[in-house]
Amino acid sequence: MLLIYCPYCEEERSELEFRQAGDAHIARPTNMTEMTDEEFEAFFFLRDNVKGLTYERWRHLNGCGRFFNAARDTVSDKFVTTYKAGLPKPDISTLRPATEAIVETYEATESDAK
Amino acid sequence: MRKYSVFTVAREAMRGHRGWEAQWTSPEPRKEYDVIIIGAGGHGLGTAYYLAKEHGITNIAVLEKGWLGGGNTGRNTTIIRSNYLYDESAGIYDHALKLWDGLSQDLNYNVMYSARGVMMLSHNIHDQQVFKRHIHANRLNGIDNEWLTPEQAREFCPPLDISRTARYPINGAALQRRGGTARHDAVAWGYARAAADRGVHVIQNCEVTGLRRNANGSIAGVETNRGYIGAKKVGVVAAGHTSVLMEMADVRMPLVSYPLQALVSEPVKPIFPCVVMSNTVHAYISQSDKGELVIGAGTDQYSSYSQTGGLQIITHTLDAICELFPIFRRMKMMRSWGGIVDVTPDRSPILAKTPVPGLYVNCGWGTGGFKATPGSANVFAHTIANDAPHKINAPFTLERFRTGRLIDEAAAAAVAH
Repeated sequence: MLLIYCPYCEEERSELEFRQAGDAHIARPTNMTEMTDEEFEAFFFLRDNVKGLTYERWRHLNGCGRFFNAARDTVSDKFVTTYKAGLPKPDISTLRPATEAIVETYEATESDAK
Repeated sequence: MRKYSVFTVAREAMRGHRGWEAQWTSPEPRKEYDVIIIGAGGHGLGTAYYLAKEHGITNIAVLEKGWLGGGNTGRNTTIIRSNYLYDESAGIYDHALKLWDGLSQDLNYNVMYSARGVMMLSHNIHDQQVFKRHIHANRLNGIDNEWLTPEQAREFCPPLDISRTARYPINGAALQRRGGTARHDAVAWGYARAAADRGVHVIQNCEVTGLRRNANGSIAGVETNRGYIGAKKVGVVAAGHTSVLMEMADVRMPLVSYPLQALVSEPVKPIFPCVVMSNTVHAYISQSDKGELVIGAGTDQYSSYSQTGGLQIITHTLDAICELFPIFRRMKMMRSWGGIVDVTPDRSPILAKTPVPGLYVNCGWGTGGFKATPGSANVFAHTIANDAPHKINAPFTLERFRTGRLIDEAAAAAVAH
C-alpha cells in the first residue's frame, strides 16, 4: 500500500484515503459547443497513458476531500512529488528522490523500462 | 508437426517419451514479413493462426518482448461467457464462444474448454432487474441465459450460502450454461504450435522499440532489440502496452492501463462445480482442474504499468468470497499476481484499422479479454487480410469515440468485466 503526501493536510496518509482522478493539467474547454468532434474526442477520450512519469489528479476523499496533483512513475508507482491544484507542473529534474533505485516490480527490475 | 492422439501417447510411453518434438521452433527473424503481429498472447498467436489457416498468409512473424503467453494470457482467471447486453458485444463474444467449442480439435491441442456454467449472483432488486434485462436481450440474440431462484442456484452450486442471514443475501442468479473455463496456457501454446506448423515465426524476447513508416505515412516495418524487420502490415495486439506502441506511430489511444489482480488457493479436491460471479460485492471464483480456487475481482484504482497491485484490493475480494462461501474461510491463498489491462471509456474493445495505412490494432479488452480469444483473433485476421473489418468487428472501431457510437458495456454491467 502506498503512502501519499497530501499537500493540503501536509502529511503522509494511507492510499486508502485517496482516489485517483485521471490526468492533471487538462483544461476543460470553455467553448464546448463550438468544438469539432476531433477536438472533443481529444479532450474527452484520448489519453497519453504514459509508461513512466505522469502527472495526475488525486483526491483526498476520506480526508480533507480536496483535489491535488501528483507526479508519479507508473512503472514503479513511486510518487515523485505532490502539489496543490492550480500550480504549474513542477520541475521534477530537481525532485528525483535519492531512493529511486528501490523499486521491486517485475517491469522495473527485469526490463529496460524506466 | 506430429499429430497428438491417444496412439502417439501410447507409442511414446513404450519408447520412454524420447520421440516428442518441440511444439514450435525459435527461428531467426527474416528481413521482411507480409504481416508482423506484436504480442504473442492468445489474441496475437490466434491472429497469426487464422491468417495462415483461413487467409493463406503464412509469411508472418509474431514478436513477443517476453515469453510466449506470459502477459495477460497467463494472468487471467480463464472465465468464458458471452452474456453481454448489446448486440455488437453479443456478436463478437458469442462468435468466440462458438469457436471455443471445437477449438481443441481444430488445434489438435487440448485447451480444456469446460462448459461448466457461469452463474452471476443477484443480491437486490436492481441486480434482478438488470440480469433479467440481460437474459431477455441475450435470448433475442440467440444466446442462452436463464434466471434461477436462490434454491436453484444452490442446487447448481452447493457451496453457496443462500440463507437470509447471510452478509450478502441472494435473491436469484443468472446462469449461462455454455459459459465456463479453459486452460489459459494451453490456448497460447496450442495456437503457437498450430501457427508454427503453418510456417509462422514465433519470435520471443524480441521487443519492438519503434515503428518505421514510408514517406506516404504507411507502415514500413518495426525496430526491435534484434534489429529492423520490414513488414507490409503490422497488427498491434499488446494489451496494456498498446498506448506505448501506438505512440510510436503518433496515434493517441482512448486507453488507460490498470493492474488487474487475481489469486489462487492451495489445491483441494473437487468442491466447486461452476464459475460464480457477483457484480455487486465484486468477486468471482472457480476451481481449476488442478484443484486451486481461482479468484479475481476488479482492477486496482489507479493506472499503472507495474504487474503487481495493492494488497487491500485482493483482501477486499477475499472478504466477499468468504461471505458468499463460508466453507472457504480457512483456505490458504497460494499465489497472487497482476496483469496490465487496457481499459476503454465504454469498456468495449477496439479491433480496427488505424489512421496509419497498414497498421491495425486489437486492444481495449480491459478485464475480460480471455473469453474472446478465438473470436477476436478470427475477425482480426480477417481485418488484416482484407484491409477491412469483418461484419462482427465492424462496430468496434477507433472512430467511435469521435462519432459517439459507443458500445457502452460499462453502463450495461456497471462493473469491470
